[in-house]
Amino acid sequence: MAARKATKKPNVSSEDLTQYYRDMLLIRRFEEKAGQLYGMGLIGGFCHLYIGQEAVVVGLEAAAEEGDKRVTSYRDHGHMLACGMDPNGVMAELTGREGGYSKGKGGSMHMFSKEKHFYGGHGIVGAQVPIGAGLAFADKYRENGRVTFTYFGDGAANQGQVYETFNMAALWSLPVIFVIENNQYAMGTAQKRSTSTPDLYIRGEAFGIPGEVVDGMDVLAVRDAGLKAVKHCRDGKGPYILEIKTYRYRGHSMSDPAKYRTREEVQKMREERDPIEHVREMLLQGKHASEEDIKAIDKEIKQVVNASADFARESPEPDLSELWTDIYAEA
Amino acid sequence: MARMSMIEALRSAMDEKLSDDASVLVFGEDVGFFGGVFRCTAGLQEKFGEERVFDTPINESAIVGLAVGMAAQGMRPCVEVQFADYVYPAYDQITQEAARLRHRSNEQFTCPIVVRMPTGGGIFGGQTHSQSPEALFTHVAGLKVVIPSTPYDAKGLLIASIEDPDPVIFLEPKRIYNGPFYGDHSGKSVPWSQHESSEVPEGHYTVPLGKAVVRQPGNDITILAYGTMVYVAEAAAKQAGVDAEIIDLRTLLPLDLETIRHSVEKTGRCVVVHEATRTSGFGAELIAEVQEACFWHLKAPIRRVAGWDAPYPHAQEWDYFPGPERIAAALKLAMEE
Repeated sequence: MAARKATKKPNVSSEDLTQYYRDMLLIRRFEEKAGQLYGMGLIGGFCHLYIGQEAVVVGLEAAAEEGDKRVTSYRDHGHMLACGMDPNGVMAELTGREGGYSKGKGGSMHMFSKEKHFYGGHGIVGAQVPIGAGLAFADKYRENGRVTFTYFGDGAANQGQVYETFNMAALWSLPVIFVIENNQYAMGTAQKRSTSTPDLYIRGEAFGIPGEVVDGMDVLAVRDAGLKAVKHCRDGKGPYILEIKTYRYRGHSMSDPAKYRTREEVQKMREERDPIEHVREMLLQGKHASEEDIKAIDKEIKQVVNASADFARESPEPDLSELWTDIYAEA
Repeated sequence: MARMSMIEALRSAMDEKLSDDASVLVFGEDVGFFGGVFRCTAGLQEKFGEERVFDTPINESAIVGLAVGMAAQGMRPCVEVQFADYVYPAYDQITQEAARLRHRSNEQFTCPIVVRMPTGGGIFGGQTHSQSPEALFTHVAGLKVVIPSTPYDAKGLLIASIEDPDPVIFLEPKRIYNGPFYGDHSGKSVPWSQHESSEVPEGHYTVPLGKAVVRQPGNDITILAYGTMVYVAEAAAKQAGVDAEIIDLRTLLPLDLETIRHSVEKTGRCVVVHEATRTSGFGAELIAEVQEACFWHLKAPIRRVAGWDAPYPHAQEWDYFPGPERIAAALKLAMEE
């Protein structure tokens, strides 16, 4: 894939690199567990796994500060874990239980956290993009120096409201980073089948929005691009586009027959470009961590994920009365 | 007390809220510098600045989407969609984002937005400047749907809508922006200044959402109407010579069934009128509710008079519009049955 090479000697502390490893591994193991629970019938409906794309959110969260906002599409579990939301609450929302972030009212695609400034989880392709601009507008109005990460995919990049929003964001210099997670498939349609020009980072040019393409399998490259974009926004220069080239290993949702790409393509990506393996190697080669340290992290993550699955299974189903709550404010 | 047109009353409501709440923003197409195509926001940008009252590109979807994001952060945007006919691109944002944010976030985020839009016909707007899409919104749990018929109500309901914690679709019957309309399109129109309901207090007051009002008391038959049709119904009752009780619904969602029930239990007869097309119009919902609530009091089938099931016409606007003759005929029929 055409993307920036990581620098040979990464500028990163042992502590940070270890944290990125931990955060990415949490997403990977969490999603694997969600896939298992789905297979067992404990999660119903739709479930869009983030496996393969972990470096995108973990890299960008490393560039975020307290108070910054994030909003994304339906492939949202990774974003929630990366911004510090509780795995128990996320998993219990997947199983539709009372302990879920939305008390089972939202499900996999619709979760929120006021505490972590996570504005959802949106099930309609591209609908979160103008909302992200609205979040940024409010921050600009309040002059609080915050930025909003507005995530969407390469499929959503062809939605009309994205361009309505680009225009507005540029017109009003909104502090919003448009993160295009280009995993190369719009549901089951390869980018070349759906998109007239392959480069999405230049899609802001007509509006005067700078953009760059980033290797989304390299967490440090993503973090560095994120820092640059965040600075651009905080300096009052308006929106910024990051097209992050990534890859999802699993299907679009759970019932994806994966006929639109070869097994070899997926296998090659896993073997040669896996973002977690990449950091693991850096940790070991740079002597930031020993095999023992990494094993300890793996074990700890496994425990956290297992605990979330237990919680999600044991949390009670919401009371029937919840069907009627939170539709309007209490009178 | 000042006399105001509905336009002035709406402007006064926004002025009031812009003054007393820094989280209120007013924006839309032509809304800022130009003051709105119907002049509802004239002078507000000058008074409150471009940060609070501003023009947007012509993008209904992103206008409402932007408002949803602002509202999730605790702002109170009051946006204008220039004609109700332009709202369709924003329908996704209104129904799937604004209306449902509270529920699906388990009340972590809410969406206190107002989407104002001029609705209805009577101005030779043809297919794309005359529609009455209220039923598309009354069908959506999580929304409130409001439609005033007087300057006094317009101001009080708009202030209440901006202050409401939930998203409100605020329909403005544009045929009566400048004066009441009794259905006689050939006659000279009367300005609001000659009508008593144009007396509008200065300053803050609200008209509560979810409360209908009896516009004309009567004993023989209940007419359920809203917006422009309140006046057309008044003319029709006079023409038919019936002692009709006219209820102005003011809020369609939530519906004030109590006021309706009270009236129909008294009169035993009911006619529903609206401009929107008949099939699956809001009248269908009203009739269902009335028959469930008042079946044993009814002396005759409930009738409805509505726009025909045709695209809104240009040349034949007055054949389409449910004018006083058609309503009077329905009133007589209901009285005879």
